[in-house]
Amino acid sequence: MSANATPAGADVAADGTDTRSTGRHAAVPAQRNNRRRKAPLSENKRAERRLGLLLCAPAALVMLAVTAYPILYSVWLSLQRYDLRFPAEREFVGLQNYVTVLTNEFWWTAFGVTMLITVVTVAVELVLGMGLALIMHRTLVGRGIVRTSALIPYGIVTVVAAFSWRYAWTPGTGYLANLFSDGAPLTERASSLAIIMLAEIWKTTPFMALLLMAGLALVPEDLLKAASTDGATAWQRFTKVMLPVMKPAILVALLFRTLDAFRVFDNIYVLTAGANDTSSVSMIAYNNLIRGLNLGIGSTMSVLIFITVAIIAFIFVKLFGTAAPGSDDGERR
Amino acid sequence: MADTTTRAKLRWGLLDVAVVVFALTPVLWIMSLSFKTPATLTDGKFIPREWTLENYRTIFATDQFVRALINSIGIALIATVIAVVLGAMAAYAISRLDFPGKRVLIGVSLLIAMFPQVSLVSPLFEIERQLGLFDTWPGLILPYITFALPLAIYTLSAFFKQIPWDLEKAAKMDGATQAQAFRRVIAPLAAPGLFTTAILVFIFCWNDFLFAISLTSTERSRTVPVALSFFTGASQFEDPTGAICAAAVVITVPIILFVLFFQRRIVSGLTSGAVKG
Repeated sequence: MSANATPAGADVAADGTDTRSTGRHAAVPAQRNNRRRKAPLSENKRAERRLGLLLCAPAALVMLAVTAYPILYSVWLSLQRYDLRFPAEREFVGLQNYVTVLTNEFWWTAFGVTMLITVVTVAVELVLGMGLALIMHRTLVGRGIVRTSALIPYGIVTVVAAFSWRYAWTPGTGYLANLFSDGAPLTERASSLAIIMLAEIWKTTPFMALLLMAGLALVPEDLLKAASTDGATAWQRFTKVMLPVMKPAILVALLFRTLDAFRVFDNIYVLTAGANDTSSVSMIAYNNLIRGLNLGIGSTMSVLIFITVAIIAFIFVKLFGTAAPGSDDGERR
Repeated sequence: MADTTTRAKLRWGLLDVAVVVFALTPVLWIMSLSFKTPATLTDGKFIPREWTLENYRTIFATDQFVRALINSIGIALIATVIAVVLGAMAAYAISRLDFPGKRVLIGVSLLIAMFPQVSLVSPLFEIERQLGLFDTWPGLILPYITFALPLAIYTLSAFFKQIPWDLEKAAKMDGATQAQAFRRVIAPLAAPGLFTTAILVFIFCWNDFLFAISLTSTERSRTVPVALSFFTGASQFEDPTGAICAAAVVITVPIILFVLFFQRRIVSGLTSGAVKG
């Protein structure tokens, strides 16, 4: 920084310090040497701050305008009876909508389904993703092919993948439908949920694996060698050496995937459209809003989902401690 | 010794094959369906007995699909360009400058990365209706930029931190102007990062379904994933399966090409942004 400040900073100081000297400048005594070094620095510092804020402003404004304002607006909408089919009946009803939603069994069914999908898929993905990460990281042959093909599920449009699974499990068009049963798996609740989870796991395991692979790359090779020389088995090396080093990466991956899984929508929409009680919370919020045109109830669900996600995130961040992404930013630079 | 390495290689090879099969089966299945004739569509065979391009001809003959494809490409490209530009500005500031509110910005982008998008659907639906943005390109571009920005900021600041900025100083010492130093030295170094980020952001916009289905109502701005779910085939009574599969393949091809050509970059982009914040 100080080296950077010499030519440009001196200019600024020449015409800047006299008019806009802050309290801190005034406090610096008139020792010429000291002052010359300090004043341009802080002037430069101020220019740097201004530039930093200026550069971040557009991104910050867009993000806040499209998330913060609408979420507050949806809190406001959730306190009203507001059905677009009966706009005349719009009125302020306080927490009435929350009572309606929270005493509704469809909501709790959807909530249960979402939780089930989240817990099962994230758990399975953690195991599969770890395996895939190890394969991508350590395989002796065909690393490029493995990495490339693993990226395909990540990149593919979820709706496309969902259609592929739907046709695969539909009797007639499918190659899987008659493998396990004679019936149509997508018309029964348990098998539908299993297929939804399968589709989710297929689609997002690679992402999990990539995040975990980044953690794997941090494991020092020497450490593994040393453990190996000391007679540690492969499993011991994995649990005693790799896992501790990878812990922050694992937590990040779990957090992102948990919150992502909680938003499950595309797969359910295409696979079952929510039939047989397979709706997720996103699905019923969407149905109430776009199909039912009930803004009040839809917004209430939006707010409840937001609160749930915030709670999940809060729990994770508590677990993170200092490992939270971005928390070490002060020192870096 | 040689024996154990071949055995190890074989073992890894088998695992590799398992991964490849796992990853590719659904893709190959939908491709196979897209090339089948209506008569053989239900034979459940992986390799079509009769090959046909009829499904592709059908979808490109319908306005429904072509229009959606144009929407998808246009919306995703515009959103990508804006998100990468705004993201690059913010990421430069985060990685190079010291200013108040930096941590806040990082925190906010992290929050948005985790934000449940469905929570925005109801308010945005109402707000966009009032502003006349509902069912327009900007109506989709805005939320896409918003949710792509955290991704862009994280990935780009990770890239920017790796750039040897001293080179800029060195170039200026050698007599280059600020603009020249930027154009000749920094821009080429930053380009791979920008490009990688652009791919990731594009994939995100290209994939979106929830916003696209909630904030559009006509062909004017409907994107392909949504059009797919409304597909009815050439006539109302025709089975749309073949057409849906063909359309699905068309929108999958660009992604597969990206992945094939830029695998290394995508991996580094996704991982660098994630672990070190």
